[in-house]
Amino acid sequence: MTTSLRIAFLPLTDAAVLAVAREQGFAEEEGLSLDLIRSTSWATLRDRLVYGQVHAAQMLAPLAVAVTLGLSQQPAALSAPYKLGVNGNMLVMASDFAAALDPDSGRRLSDPLGTAHDFAAAIGLWRRKPVIGVVHRFSSHSLMLRYWLASAGIDPDRDVVLRVLPPSLTVEAMRAGEIDGFIAGEPWGSAAVEAGLAETVAIGERIWQRGVEKVLAFRTPWLEENPDIVDRLLRALIRGAAWCDDPANHEALAQLLSDPRYVDQPADLIARALTGQIIVRQGEAPVASPDFLLFSREATPFPWRSQALWIYSQFVRWNMVEHGPEALAKASAVFRPDIFRRALADADVPMPGASMKVEGALGLPLAVGSRKGGLTLGPDRFFDGRVFDPERMDDYLANFVSRL
Amino acid sequence: MRIVIIDDSGLRATVLEEGLRDAGYDDIHIVPPRGAFVARLERMAPDVVLMDLGSPSRDTLEEMLMVSRALARPIAMFVDQSDDAMIGAAIDAGVSAYVVDGLRKERVKPVLELAVRRFNAFAKMQTELDEARTALSERKIIDRAKSILMNQRSLSEQDAYALLRSSAMNQGKKIVDVAQALITASDLLGGGL
Repeated sequence: MTTSLRIAFLPLTDAAVLAVAREQGFAEEEGLSLDLIRSTSWATLRDRLVYGQVHAAQMLAPLAVAVTLGLSQQPAALSAPYKLGVNGNMLVMASDFAAALDPDSGRRLSDPLGTAHDFAAAIGLWRRKPVIGVVHRFSSHSLMLRYWLASAGIDPDRDVVLRVLPPSLTVEAMRAGEIDGFIAGEPWGSAAVEAGLAETVAIGERIWQRGVEKVLAFRTPWLEENPDIVDRLLRALIRGAAWCDDPANHEALAQLLSDPRYVDQPADLIARALTGQIIVRQGEAPVASPDFLLFSREATPFPWRSQALWIYSQFVRWNMVEHGPEALAKASAVFRPDIFRRALADADVPMPGASMKVEGALGLPLAVGSRKGGLTLGPDRFFDGRVFDPERMDDYLANFVSRL
Repeated sequence: MRIVIIDDSGLRATVLEEGLRDAGYDDIHIVPPRGAFVARLERMAPDVVLMDLGSPSRDTLEEMLMVSRALARPIAMFVDQSDDAMIGAAIDAGVSAYVVDGLRKERVKPVLELAVRRFNAFAKMQTELDEARTALSERKIIDRAKSILMNQRSLSEQDAYALLRSSAMNQGKKIVDVAQALITASDLLGGGL
């Protein structure tokens, strides 16, 4: 018998795995019929999940942690047993503003620290505080932007204005002059570049080489009560993810996502993130960024608890939550490697032996202990060289002198 | 009780406003979610904010409600946890409500119920309108196919329709689809009607 599952998503390139699990029949082979519900705001996606209108949702990892901690409207215990992607964000700024940055596109992207300092200088030259669009307070985008700005002594709460708006409204807001730039998931940054409204300033891959991004989130009680359905869904997704990572499928994937039911943007814009060919300025040759967006390789979908804790560390850093052992434990428990292991025990995927790791310690790919198959983890450094040891949260936090 | 409706569909907002006024609420303002709507909202100091659940501007609104220093009392999303039916009805109808801290549940509930009814009525109206539009265009297509048959095969209007209808039944198709196929074929063959 086929089980129907309702899953909410936003029109973004990293909804790819959900779309592919449905369209390539991976879900059907697990006896699942996926009803993918397109949403236009994170608030509505969150409400649909929290109030049980959908079974699962493509969620910003920090939002899943925030809802569980009771920081975003109605508190609800959420569980994320699967990561839908790693990396994939892009900061773009109006061309006038970007004129003060390194004109060499390759250098600008490959040296985020230098670019952050140029950015600080550019703020001084701008006629007012630059207004930067972020997709949500509790988004990887906002945390990464804050991290990056602060590295150059820019206080994200004082020196710039962060304005929240959903990805699909970013380009129009640029056009109307309501924002001077924005950080969002693809293809929205590329759409602004292509429209000649903005230039790429930074990409997620260069800020944190393996940055946690969207997760598949469930209400915890539902997840616990339906282990069989959850396991089948995860098996379908892991096959979808492998399909998405295969370069041979990138063109077909871009076509699929361009459909009005999914992202509804031109396929060639969507393809940029998939192939890692990032165009910094309209008409320029792309800069190769092979790790721009990952779906499958290096056990990308594995929900490392240390990544939930990194998110928590940034919440504390920016005074979004009161630090305490209870909140810390709750945040850590949002990521569910135990469910991932259970669901994929018999699947042909490399399985990390640990559930936590030191984030930001790998400068080069490293073969690690895996219960099965060979697992090589990719480099995961933060651009400023800081290392996050989840066992030493307080030392890490003390590291950020007066928040910056 | 000051109620602000954030909506960019003029008609839906009007339908909702009328309903609220009929129910005796008279301090109602409509704000489209464009430009500096957040600043306008802050100046209005509303007790209740009603917004289309499907509006992409909800993230912007929630952020403002979270950080605003201008609002004297914090506003949070209103959900009556004890009432699952109400939650479902509100989400299905596409209504989200934000309410100032301290406003009693009993005072908010009638407003929310009314909003749900009005949103549903509006959605129904919209569907009917769409259906009427479709019906109109379908009738035009069938009329054109009929006149092709009447001209080419010298049939009466009634016979032309009967022929379309029987063809549709034989092929297991809708009359409008058969009519459309006939028009296309006729155009290709230079029928020019």
